[in-house]
Amino acid sequence: MRATRPRTRPQSREHVVTIDTDSAPRILFSGENFLLEDLPVGTRVIYPKRPLTGVANPRAAIRYALNHPENMEPLHALLRPGMKVTVAIDDISMPLPIMRTPDVRQLVLEIVCEMLADHGVDDVHLVIALALHRRMTDAEIKRMVGDKIWNEYWPERLYNHDACDPDGMVVIGKTRHGELVECNRRAAESDLVIYVNLNFVPMNGGHKSAAVGLCGYESLKSHHTPKAIVDSNSYMNPPDSAIAHSMTRQGKVLEESVKIFHIETVLNNRTFDGPLDFLMKNEDDFTESDRLKFSAMKWALDKLPFAARRELFMRTPAAYELIACYAGACEPVHDKTVAKSFEQYAVEIEGQADILITGIPYVSPYNVNSKALNPLLVQVMALGYYYHMYRNKPVVRDGGVMIVTHPCSDKFDPVHHPSYIEFFNRLLPETRDAYVLEQKYQDEFAYNPSYVEMYRRGNAYHGAHPFYMWYWGQRGREKLSRVICVGADNATVPELMGWETADSLAEAIAMARTTMGRSAQITMLHHPPIVISDVL
Amino acid sequence: MRQSHHKYKNSAAFYDVDGTLIRINIVHAFAFYARRQPSLIESAKRTVLTAASIPVFWAADKVSRKWFNEIFYRGYEGASEDRLVMLADELFEDVIKPNIYPRTRDLIEESRRAGCRQVIISGALDFTLRPLAKYLEVDELIANRLEFDGGYATGKLKKPFIAGATKAEVMRDYARRHDLDLGSSWAYSDSFSDFPMLAVVGHPTAVNPDLRLRSIARSYDWPVLDLDQAA
Repeated sequence: MRATRPRTRPQSREHVVTIDTDSAPRILFSGENFLLEDLPVGTRVIYPKRPLTGVANPRAAIRYALNHPENMEPLHALLRPGMKVTVAIDDISMPLPIMRTPDVRQLVLEIVCEMLADHGVDDVHLVIALALHRRMTDAEIKRMVGDKIWNEYWPERLYNHDACDPDGMVVIGKTRHGELVECNRRAAESDLVIYVNLNFVPMNGGHKSAAVGLCGYESLKSHHTPKAIVDSNSYMNPPDSAIAHSMTRQGKVLEESVKIFHIETVLNNRTFDGPLDFLMKNEDDFTESDRLKFSAMKWALDKLPFAARRELFMRTPAAYELIACYAGACEPVHDKTVAKSFEQYAVEIEGQADILITGIPYVSPYNVNSKALNPLLVQVMALGYYYHMYRNKPVVRDGGVMIVTHPCSDKFDPVHHPSYIEFFNRLLPETRDAYVLEQKYQDEFAYNPSYVEMYRRGNAYHGAHPFYMWYWGQRGREKLSRVICVGADNATVPELMGWETADSLAEAIAMARTTMGRSAQITMLHHPPIVISDVL
Repeated sequence: MRQSHHKYKNSAAFYDVDGTLIRINIVHAFAFYARRQPSLIESAKRTVLTAASIPVFWAADKVSRKWFNEIFYRGYEGASEDRLVMLADELFEDVIKPNIYPRTRDLIEESRRAGCRQVIISGALDFTLRPLAKYLEVDELIANRLEFDGGYATGKLKKPFIAGATKAEVMRDYARRHDLDLGSSWAYSDSFSDFPMLAVVGHPTAVNPDLRLRSIARSYDWPVLDLDQAA
């Protein structure tokens, strides 16, 4: 690492930095470690915006939203003694990493449950709306909702949604496109559903909350398809997302029979602070202290075994702050939420890149507290989430090359991801064609009684979940000419996913240039924290 | 709502019993019978003998399941068939039923809903498992059978001995007779000694596995279920 850096860089475009001859090397996540790499002169590095200031009094902001909702009566006006209410709550897949306590969902729940009690509403169930995600453990639920809610509601009135419970699900109807709409029976039979959302990225929330969070496999499979992904010109931007359109249709059908009061919360992007605050900075602006902290951390991570490194990161919650809370009818609430979310994340850039470089961190929505970011999740982070972190046009042009940094170890969590293991080792060697996989094998995995049992009573993702992970990378796979992985500790895993490998970033860039030319425009997405590129 | 999607109508789920669906094993059943002899002195004698034999049973099982069976079932020699069958219900109510793993019925229910034929295949004696099979509503019970002569046990098993590789052979034969596809069938066991029965199906699943089977399951990427953990 170079010793000192000039501090004379112009600040007007602080989120888009062009590498020149005296630029500092850039830090890239590579799983549970970092790479420090010099980038070619002219490379464009996209940084996240600084965190928006959190609201001064989160509880007051939540109360204000409940009392001044969008296109609906205030929550207290919807309540009457003796009514049946179900409160649905977003699960552990957001935010990433988990936030410091009190979780914003705890703040909302404490206010909502108090209001329900004050209005004589006793028949209240709290359901973790996890769709086909894994069941949260008792400790995870307790941490998320706080002691007060836990002590009062768990276990009879606070529990995980079960999408495979034949008695616990009901069919609501079909959309005009023929998409089945199922719902958790308790929610469907309630006089009022209150949905407590935590909006981490723009694709969260809105009709996705109840129509997906409380649904079953049969309704989910209408939009979790390779085609829907390919038809989504960024699933991070709801108006351009075929998946979001399908969920909206389902949500509208659902809301014709179930009254839902939506509460959406938006967080800022303060992913790292304290000893890790240097990860929020442009490397050119590092102080001596920042450089020392990074060197010490890198030294320690290089020495520690994998499990210890993973624990270190997983036990470091983020200091996210509430920046907005909206409540009321689904669509007006979500419009405001998405606007606020883009206010935090969107960074304007001019023109697409030929080569996109991005580090893959240790965490994804589907491996919180898991033993590893398994290869399918590495793939979904790269070709799914990070490829789709744009609005208007993709950051990397069609036919471009994506370079990712991750060890791609052959590591799976057998408790959380049992069906992923079979998918990866049995199906991918046969075909990488998502359409074939969907037709030939998805139902087999979905109905596999061992996987159903592990989903319903263990802590496993649903048997069909690895298919969705593969589909979510489909647009990236179809649009990119090559994906090159730097720092893989084996050749088999990248090869199974159709990726090439390089020993260093310099080698990967040289490989990419053989396809895209010497003058190829190179862009690096510097995250986490999350940044969504608004490509002009 | 759907009750059964019958995705796997030509499939079966084969379950080992001891350690897989229930916490206890055949020695517990044997001890149960030993304690229930016509006289107190005989009961005490049989119980002491059973306790003293446990290290021998353990050692024999480590060497060979076939050898274990030969030594173990000799203990039933001279027992009246009527009495063994009559006490089986009591054995189930007092010993087996309280030791069924909390998630056993759920697993069988999921498998039934998937359309699989439910088959218990166990090295235990058939009459000791009949009440369990009825309770779990399985379609078929394949278990070891004691040989009786004039209504009294000879201490030998009828062939084939249901253990180890024979389980796999019996399953193949069963699949042929019932037109089942083993490639889309399941097998559930807790023990490495059942590796053959797990290896013969397309969906082997280790259940509450011993260390050796857990290691094998990890190597072969088989799912590992823990039925002892309440949901």
